[in-house]
Amino acid sequence: MTYQPCSKLEPVVTKENRVDTSLKEARAELAERAYRIRRNALLMGEVQGQGYIGQALDIADVLAVAYGRAMSFKPGDAEWEERDRFLLSNGHYAIALYAALIDAGIIPQEELETYGSDDSRLPMSGMASYTPGMEMSGGSLGQGLTIAVGRCLGLKRKASKSFVYTLFSDGELDEGAVWEGLMSAAHWKLDNLIAIVDVNNQQADGPSGQVMAFEPLVDKMEAFGWFTQRIDGNDLDAVMAAFDAARSYTGAKPRMIIADTRMGCGVPFLEAREKNHFIRVDEHEWQLALTALDAGRNA
Amino acid sequence: MNTNVQKPKLKTSAMIASIASEGQRTQLAPFGHALVELAARRPEVVGMTADLAKYTDLHIFAQACPERFYQMGMAEQLLMGAAAGLAHEGAMPFVTTYAVFATRRAYDFMHQAIAEEGLNVKIACALPGLTTGYGPSHQAAEDLALMRAMPGITVIDPCDALEIEQMVPAVAEHDGPVYMRLLRGQVPLVLDEYDYKFELGKAKLLRDGRDVLIISSGIMTMRALEVALELARDKIDAAVLHVATIKPLDTATILREAGRGGRLVVVAENHSAIGGLGEAVATELLRAGISSPFRQIALPDAFLDAGALPTLHDRYGISTSVMTETLKGWLG
Repeated sequence: MTYQPCSKLEPVVTKENRVDTSLKEARAELAERAYRIRRNALLMGEVQGQGYIGQALDIADVLAVAYGRAMSFKPGDAEWEERDRFLLSNGHYAIALYAALIDAGIIPQEELETYGSDDSRLPMSGMASYTPGMEMSGGSLGQGLTIAVGRCLGLKRKASKSFVYTLFSDGELDEGAVWEGLMSAAHWKLDNLIAIVDVNNQQADGPSGQVMAFEPLVDKMEAFGWFTQRIDGNDLDAVMAAFDAARSYTGAKPRMIIADTRMGCGVPFLEAREKNHFIRVDEHEWQLALTALDAGRNA
Repeated sequence: MNTNVQKPKLKTSAMIASIASEGQRTQLAPFGHALVELAARRPEVVGMTADLAKYTDLHIFAQACPERFYQMGMAEQLLMGAAAGLAHEGAMPFVTTYAVFATRRAYDFMHQAIAEEGLNVKIACALPGLTTGYGPSHQAAEDLALMRAMPGITVIDPCDALEIEQMVPAVAEHDGPVYMRLLRGQVPLVLDEYDYKFELGKAKLLRDGRDVLIISSGIMTMRALEVALELARDKIDAAVLHVATIKPLDTATILREAGRGGRLVVVAENHSAIGGLGEAVATELLRAGISSPFRQIALPDAFLDAGALPTLHDRYGISTSVMTETLKGWLG
């Protein structure tokens, strides 16, 4: 499958030419973006009747800041050489990234309805060969950071100023290859690498910390040589500040954002549901969830 | 009279730095030198290894092009993932480690990060098949089976220094991932006597013969050529078809030679009897309805012994002398 540009070409969005709004205005704009990402994800969940909606809702604020504030990209050209790269290691978060890519204009809005269907460019686990803006084939967990290390080395060869962002989950910390990536990123002084670990404390067999104890995470990351921040990943102000700091940090170190998030965030009745890697949503509940999301937006 | 005189036991260190037998013509580090030559013409070429540069001849490239060499530490999964990342950014990584570590330890990373995206990564692996006496930890008896089963990747088993030298620029011309077995150190030089030219995807008839057709790859072609000379003393006429590219298989040439009839077909491989060249050829013969008598010389489906390579090659039937006797037995 080949990449197809969106029907509508939009101007280049870069850090340099982005209008410098006040922090308050920027925050309001990002809150709207996070709302739209959550809404897109719920609509896709409704199409498929299932999906990793708990994760999509928890990571929406991080993706809103990534695509709405931190990253440079061209909506009409997913392979624009000067773009920042975003590598989704946890392929089952594809529903969240599609929601963000649709909002960013990289995937047309109307494609949302094809999510998880036969011959769709939006398969349930993210694959680079299917989807514009999907930079790696994730899903075999623990690979993203290793690929990101190579991407960063490759960008440095080209004297590129682009950043590589990679998102992975707390469950992936169980994979040895993640620690190979952590160690090598510091060894190679990859100051063009920004990794985000989503700590929602849920993985397939239960709470991540019980499946395999991973704390103290900040101490571990710092000991591995990373510039490390730990934030509430559903506090937009904190997420904005963390991305800003990760980008502007001048040390010769890779940058880690540990984002503590809440599964189902933005839809109170899903957030309150018994915590599970795969939140069950009944057929009639998708509309209720959209209504609840809207209520939160207008509150 | 002392009746306890025994053959002195060989040491495991025999053949450890080179597969060459005593007195054989060799060439030093053909892979490393060929890569340096290629890199001079192709600025996108980079070298990567997982703490085995010295033992895969990549140190020659590292010395010549230090700014294009990436030491990834003893971490094969990282090695493959990072190679995929570099390839995505336009580099052409030549990645080295031992065959066991690439194929058994980092298989999923080659599968998902490299092959699934068709990335331009060239994976060159030393100690293929039974070319070390260190035991199963280092003996890659099943590497070809594993790599043949992976979609979208070209698989090569070169015979000698000449072939390695020609293979390096040839795989660079090919757009896509490649797995190639590697011989390191003092590598035997054989094929120059047969006016050989490596072509990706092509099997080559090195000598013709009426009585038996030996189809082989890698170091077993070197052995097959020696066996053919031995058999000639007994007026047995052996043909040798060298199949350097294991995947995609040159089915047309194999079927043409095996289909000539009147000859025993023997596949000789430095690999487990399961999933390698032997089974690949047998499948094609069956599909084409060619019913020539068929035999396989291969490593057993077993965890192989540690010890000296000459001893082990005799024990498992892939030395020139044992192969010669085996063939004489079959040809009765």
